[in-house]
Amino acid sequence: MSIKDDNKEQHTISILVDNEPGVLARVIGLFSGRGYNIDSLTVTETEHDIHLSRITIVTTATPMIIEQIKRQLERLVPVHRVTDLTTIGASLERELALIKVTGTGEFRVEALRLAEAFRAHVVDASIEHFVFEITGRISKIEQFISLMQPIGLVEVARTGVAAISRGKDRM
Amino acid sequence: MSRQMTGAQMVMEALADQNVEHIFGYPGGAVLPIYDEIFQQDKVEHILVRHEQGATHAAEGYARSTGKVGVVLVTSGPGATNAVTGLTDALMDSIPMVCISGQVATHLIGNDAFQECDTVGITRPCTKHNYLVKDVNDLARVLHEAFVVASSGRPGPVVVDIPKDIQFATGTYQGPSNISHKTYRPRLKGDEESIRHAVDVIANAKRPIFYTGGGVINSGTVASQLLRQFVQLTGYPITSTLMGLGAYPASDPQFLGMLGMHGTYEANMCMHDCDVMINIGARFDDRITGRLDAFSPNSTKIHVDIDPSSINKNIKADIPIIGDVAYVLEDMLRIWQARSAQVDHDALEQWWQQIKGWRAKDCLGYKKRDDVIMPQHAIQRLYELTKDKDTYISTEVGQHQMWAAQFYKFDEPNRWMTSGGLGTMGYGLPAAVGIQVAHPNSLVIDIAGEASVQMTMQEMSTAAQYNLPIKIFILNNEYMGMVRQWQQLLHGARYSSSYSEALPDFVKLAEAYGGVGIRAEKPDELDDAIMEMIGNDKPVLFDCCVHKVANCFPMIPSGAAHNEMLLGDDENDTELDNAISEEGKVLV
Repeated sequence: MSIKDDNKEQHTISILVDNEPGVLARVIGLFSGRGYNIDSLTVTETEHDIHLSRITIVTTATPMIIEQIKRQLERLVPVHRVTDLTTIGASLERELALIKVTGTGEFRVEALRLAEAFRAHVVDASIEHFVFEITGRISKIEQFISLMQPIGLVEVARTGVAAISRGKDRM
Repeated sequence: MSRQMTGAQMVMEALADQNVEHIFGYPGGAVLPIYDEIFQQDKVEHILVRHEQGATHAAEGYARSTGKVGVVLVTSGPGATNAVTGLTDALMDSIPMVCISGQVATHLIGNDAFQECDTVGITRPCTKHNYLVKDVNDLARVLHEAFVVASSGRPGPVVVDIPKDIQFATGTYQGPSNISHKTYRPRLKGDEESIRHAVDVIANAKRPIFYTGGGVINSGTVASQLLRQFVQLTGYPITSTLMGLGAYPASDPQFLGMLGMHGTYEANMCMHDCDVMINIGARFDDRITGRLDAFSPNSTKIHVDIDPSSINKNIKADIPIIGDVAYVLEDMLRIWQARSAQVDHDALEQWWQQIKGWRAKDCLGYKKRDDVIMPQHAIQRLYELTKDKDTYISTEVGQHQMWAAQFYKFDEPNRWMTSGGLGTMGYGLPAAVGIQVAHPNSLVIDIAGEASVQMTMQEMSTAAQYNLPIKIFILNNEYMGMVRQWQQLLHGARYSSSYSEALPDFVKLAEAYGGVGIRAEKPDELDDAIMEMIGNDKPVLFDCCVHKVANCFPMIPSGAAHNEMLLGDDENDTELDNAISEEGKVLV
């Protein structure tokens, strides 16, 4: 029985791990096994010479559970470091999305106009479709997608969030 | 020191270098090269079990009673899956274990080969860490690393999965020196500032209680000694979790008995009413806390734990101290003595007066009978007749386990082996096998129930093979007693599938295994029968026929708080029927 607590917060957590087989399964298995949420997940090897990967997870939970998540992640043997970018202060968060929109006539003009306003680039096009590439915070991408909905949105591919702290210090 | 050898040879070399004397295992196709090496050496003795689950529990019993790492060897597929229960048990109870499993050859992995399973996938959530070795040159390092990970920090089980071709392949062996994990560094020493703060709070307490757990046992015998010193220095009351029994002597007047769901009235009332709670190596498990929002509402909580994830998991700690219990206690004692800290004697006197009142309830009291053996009485007699011997106790899971915890008084650590977190029926008999292997000349008793013990009964054959004179003391009430008790409390006394029908004749069963069977049916036979059991040098099944429908009290019903205990004799039948609220019924 957990104490009822509705003050959930969204946190962005960076995890440095050894890039060894099964390490991602350990991390996401921890989330599914203990019933934590994953809103977004990004993972790639970031330091090839020492085989270090960086996992960025966006999760929503009560402060007590957020703390549990961090402590549980730290407990995994291949985890080097866990940083909560939401609590350490200002951080940068970016996501990239590829968005396919189909339509003709007025709709195409409107789509291009909105894309320009959002600084989305056309990376593929025919007389019946565009594929836009957009980068930004989650909220910006969500907004762009919802605007494309009535114009002829057919497909979205998103990378998930990459995040880094501001300032000169490393995690 | 690096030498060329096969993977299978490396396994035996690494075990010898880790000073492993015994391993528990079962052969099969994917570990035959390792078994061939076992055959050709005499440093490590292999104990052949009858089921891989038995191997894991035996290794747990071995580990808990010695403080060493328990080692298991199983084959691929079913060998590994059969080990899963014991691995999970070891994870929940923080038992150091290394389980080596065979795997199909690397080129067959993923092909649904014969006796193939995804061992690292299956065991990932039930181990502290696991490895699949795909290069023979990694094998020695991985094996040594496995021992480091299993035994350091909060201990736990580690699986090393070795494909058969790696066992045959030749590579370079390296010894255990300088092996440490590249990132895994558990923190041992607690934060000095927090410890100072904790000492202040402890010294100024008016109604303090020590609440200690398995972490004290895991930290080693030094931790138990330091705990005794500190508790006696303060004169404060102390209670213990199921896993921590023996860390502080149960016969000492400052000890209030176990706390929690079936803990004593005085221990739970102290927890509820205290103003300072000193949690040392326990994890605020749900069996301990009961209803969370009513748990010890007015106390400052100090929590010492080596695992940062235990802090603030269930209960918010006011003063968290992350570190090994022995290190933290040593610092606490040092700071306490350096300050010549004084306790508040008047407040403490009042507190003890209040405790005396709670103790007067005699919460463990029960009505003795002449016609039938009461299970509590059986454990009391067992305790009285074995307490002066070099005795180790294991248990299965259920009523008998709780009665053992309540009535068998442990004065030393590492003498009490029980499945606490996972609650694994069938733990006790194979655990007794492991304990007896580690302590061949000691008296090893599994306090069992007739239902639990049948889950791993086949290990009697292991005991017979290795002349292990384990004593299986079965409290036979012909029911899965705890299930029956819950059905009485929760489900209108509809005893669905909880009656042990078609029970074997345990006396004949013992004889069939080459052991000795003893039965006691009346209270006046009990002492002689127990003495006969103790005096026998063979494995014994003791069929102790007890009162069939005795309930285990005191009990904090699910969803209730510490000050809402059921005390057995006080409760008439209708009160029992309504003891658990609708909300509490969904809880386990």
